Amino acid sequence: MSEAVAPFPDTRDDTIRPPQSVVTERRYVRWLLIAVALTFLALFLVLPLITVFAQALAKGWGAYLAAFTEADARSAIVLTLTVAAIAVPFNLVFGVAAAWAIAKFEFRGKNLLVTLIDLPFSVSPVVSGLIYVLVFGSRGLFGPYLVEHDIQIIFAVPGIVLATVFVTFPFVARQLIPLMQEQGTAEEEAALTLGASGWHAFRTVTLPNIRWGLLYAVLLCNARAMGEFGAVSVVSGHIRGLTNTLPLHVEILYNEYNFVAAFAVASLLAGLALVTLAIKSFLEWRYADDIAAGTRRH
Amino acid sequence: MSDAPRPKRRFRQKSVIPGFGLTLGYTLTCLGVIVLLPLATLVAKAAGLGPAGIWAVATDPRVASALRVSFGVSLLAALTASIFGGIVAWVLTRYDFPGRKLADAVVDLPFALPTAVAGIALASLYAPNGPVGSQLAKIGIEAAYTPVGIFIAMVFIGLPFAVRTVQPLIAEIDKEVEEASAILGASRIATLTKVVLPPLIPAVLTGFALAFARGVGEYGSIIFIAGNLPYVSEIAPLLIVIKLSEFDYEGASAIAVIMLGISFLTLLAINLVQAWSRRRFGYV
Repeated sequence: MSEAVAPFPDTRDDTIRPPQSVVTERRYVRWLLIAVALTFLALFLVLPLITVFAQALAKGWGAYLAAFTEADARSAIVLTLTVAAIAVPFNLVFGVAAAWAIAKFEFRGKNLLVTLIDLPFSVSPVVSGLIYVLVFGSRGLFGPYLVEHDIQIIFAVPGIVLATVFVTFPFVARQLIPLMQEQGTAEEEAALTLGASGWHAFRTVTLPNIRWGLLYAVLLCNARAMGEFGAVSVVSGHIRGLTNTLPLHVEILYNEYNFVAAFAVASLLAGLALVTLAIKSFLEWRYADDIAAGTRRH
Repeated sequence: MSDAPRPKRRFRQKSVIPGFGLTLGYTLTCLGVIVLLPLATLVAKAAGLGPAGIWAVATDPRVASALRVSFGVSLLAALTASIFGGIVAWVLTRYDFPGRKLADAVVDLPFALPTAVAGIALASLYAPNGPVGSQLAKIGIEAAYTPVGIFIAMVFIGLPFAVRTVQPLIAEIDKEVEEASAILGASRIATLTKVVLPPLIPAVLTGFALAFARGVGEYGSIIFIAGNLPYVSEIAPLLIVIKLSEFDYEGASAIAVIMLGISFLTLLAINLVQAWSRRRFGYV
């Protein structure tokens, strides 16, 4: 039983160096793991990002800028902005309404409702497009009616908007529900007791409480709305100048071996992604407690 | 919550907060029109083929091969993303090094970068004449236009799920437990494998499941690098697109329903394993 008198581990180690902390790995293990993690991130994430900009500028700034003077590129930009300008506010209103109903009230079947709202996240983008073709396509559920009344949804802008709404459907709701649940109803009840109307209480009490979380969700929702490819590709019909969003325009240019233009347009989307990440990181750092429920990291 | 005593079983508890009917009604309407009706149409369309018809689609050699590629490669990619994602999450939470914040922000890149952009970037990197592809070719690995390319794209797209589900749990680990383990004489390796790792397993599995599900359904970042050779590197979502362009709505719906079904079963299995590991390791 003689070992039992030395309860401290590894006494061989603290000869000259400061004693090794028992809750972390040895120095060389730490550096090895850091090297593995950073190499992996660099290889899989940073390298593709750099490639986008390198390829876009491969033939100089002239060729780069020429990609944007093209009429098709411009109409793709306009369409992408239009679609996001409809889909994002729609999901904003939906998300706030859903979060209000789910977080401020207790009712049966709530968990099922939350699961159903999350559903679009687990559906393949291609299937997200397919389902609208099945509903609104010329041979779909409402096809005969739509053809008769000369309403075009699939292979037109409304279909693109619908598919985009679908893939971004859960963003705002799933961000706000836990946040508003955590905040409870006491403040709203106080406002109502003091005579505020429901709408007034929402605007002056709830909205300021959730604004950073809301901004955060809208930011991510917008990034996805502008960048969606699979779902939009299925419903768009790829009509140049009419139903081509920016990601679809990238695909067309790439398949035509017009690499500089493809990567130039792609760099626009990559720039959007970088701005999104920068604002997102800033919000997480500055307003961590106001964005998500519970204490977050950082 | 209202302070009135809770009435007998009601649909909802009493509350002074207004707007329940309005917001719930709006929520259900949107959910019904945008999500449930279209998904129900898909299921109805596939059901129109009957079980035999769906089975015929599933066992069609080209479809079976595409499903095998999608699910098989996604499994490997999710495994890889989980292992390296675990290391990345550990390093980002536990160690301090210059550029840690930046590396942490970079992890979310696949969430923010449009999939088509990622797709063409990966394709040009790993193409036989690309900067990485040419190096890989020297050691005899063909990445682009083979399942290896699909694997790379799926790891890219799955990595943030693997990192972000594990990271908050690593941050929550009570260091006193590790200290106790060390003081009781456990080596660092023993502490890690017997004390630190077990409570993380449910989160690792969740991350794995999310990465797997995302990989199976992924389209944009894969089709450029995959080469899309039937029977070799053709993924199931692409086959749906092909069937649609041939106006084979039933076939497309059948593949979609098969994909949803297999994904659902996988997630169910993982949920069961999770529930088991929670009971086993007593983690809430």
